[in-house]
Amino acid sequence: MEFESIKDLRETAENEKLTIAELTLREQAAQIECTEEEVYREMLQRLHVMQDAIRSGQVEGSRSISGITGGDGIRMSQYAGTEGLMGHFFNHALSNAISVAEYNATMGKIVASPTAGSCGILPGTVIAMMEEKKLPEEAAVMGLFTAGAIGLVIAKNASLAGAEGGCQAECGSAAAMAAAALVEMAGGSPRMAANACAMAIKNQLGLVCDPVAGLVEVPCVKRNAGGVAIAFTAAEMALAGIESVIPVDEVIDAMQQVGDSLPCALRETGQGGLAATPTGVQIRKDVFGESQKGTE
Amino acid sequence: MNIFNIIGPVMIGPSSSHTAGAARIGRVAYKLLDDVPVKAEIGLCGSFAETYKGHGTDKALLAGIMNMRTDDKRICAAREIAESSGLEYRFYTTQMKGAHPNTAIIHLWGASGKECSLQGASVGGGNIEIRSVNGMTVEFNAESNTLLVLHKDVKGTIAQVTEKVAAMGMNIGDFRSSRPVKGRDALMTIEIDESMHSGEVESLRSLPNVINVVLVKALS
Repeated sequence: MEFESIKDLRETAENEKLTIAELTLREQAAQIECTEEEVYREMLQRLHVMQDAIRSGQVEGSRSISGITGGDGIRMSQYAGTEGLMGHFFNHALSNAISVAEYNATMGKIVASPTAGSCGILPGTVIAMMEEKKLPEEAAVMGLFTAGAIGLVIAKNASLAGAEGGCQAECGSAAAMAAAALVEMAGGSPRMAANACAMAIKNQLGLVCDPVAGLVEVPCVKRNAGGVAIAFTAAEMALAGIESVIPVDEVIDAMQQVGDSLPCALRETGQGGLAATPTGVQIRKDVFGESQKGTE
Repeated sequence: MNIFNIIGPVMIGPSSSHTAGAARIGRVAYKLLDDVPVKAEIGLCGSFAETYKGHGTDKALLAGIMNMRTDDKRICAAREIAESSGLEYRFYTTQMKGAHPNTAIIHLWGASGKECSLQGASVGGGNIEIRSVNGMTVEFNAESNTLLVLHKDVKGTIAQVTEKVAAMGMNIGDFRSSRPVKGRDALMTIEIDESMHSGEVESLRSLPNVINVVLVKALS
């Protein structure tokens, strides 16, 4: 079964008295023609790749191929030990996200979720939630099913690609997926998960994709941390019973329309926004020289 | 599309289009060659040409040519592995009018004398489209086993090929036919659900008015 909308997904889960995660596991097993156990195991492996990426991203002295990012995941992790302003949980979550996004930039092995550019947001939310709340591994795996269900609908009705929809489509979608996952991991209802999804997207609507030198590094690494903050904010509001005034599927449609109206310079071409600042332009020259054209 | 396209693919970073997609284009070239590659010439167009160093696009293409998957940790060392395994390679940057911004052109030579070329585009999220094979315009994504049948544009040729495929017990999932000029050479692109062995490919090749048949195995 393919879900046409988040409303369709939510109502089916409600009618069958299942969580979005349970419904998704069942439906995906049917679609891929595998048992639920096989599909679950495949997702478990992906959780393990995410956990490995967090650890591998916190290796002292590690830098990206271009040399422009690295070292902030471990810095954030050390800071988390001091409790910071918001306590250990929040800073631990940010550290996970930054570490995975930095590891991606070193040609590390990651799970694109939904994209490589936004690969830190689910590890930053779902895995931090599991560790901080001492939840069983199964809760995190099921959280990834919740997230995946939301992502499938967004892919169908809008876009997950920065080149098409800007960063709202990548980090925005990842935060929406993560927000719904956090709600279900916390025991919230499908209705709350749908509202969390809406509120996460609303807070990133219009976010442009403007990578410096065209690389998945600046500002992508830090936007993964920002996506985590928005996911938690949206999940907390939804769990408090706050609802989105604009229904979630209309929010997703709005994201698509905003993406369509973004100029090309702000859709992953590295020509606008932060990429076009004097420092952004200078970094491009430093990394690639004036031009890397020609035969080698 | 299923949930593992969203929570996935598992891949070597940093970019699904510039790294994972590039590895997949390289791997289609490997499958097309159907031989041990000993020489590769790789052209990078558009965004691939601009940013390949920062994204490891060159390493990913080369890794794919050596049959590595998108999540193979050896992608980072692909240049060294190619050198130590006797694969001679050359990269060049070029421009192609109207090509997708993430396009690679690969020309491969194999140990037993086989040769092939393709043009592929990385269209987002690690997904690819092959746009030309051995100089012929095509359109397929290598998610399924794909037969490329070059034939003369003669009445009944398409029917006899599809009948033969059906007689082998195979189901056609997708079919496209292109014919630049009426009555000259034409091309069928046939995606099949099953796998096909070389004897079966050979029997298609021997049909009247069929010039050549190439099987590109699915990437999986």
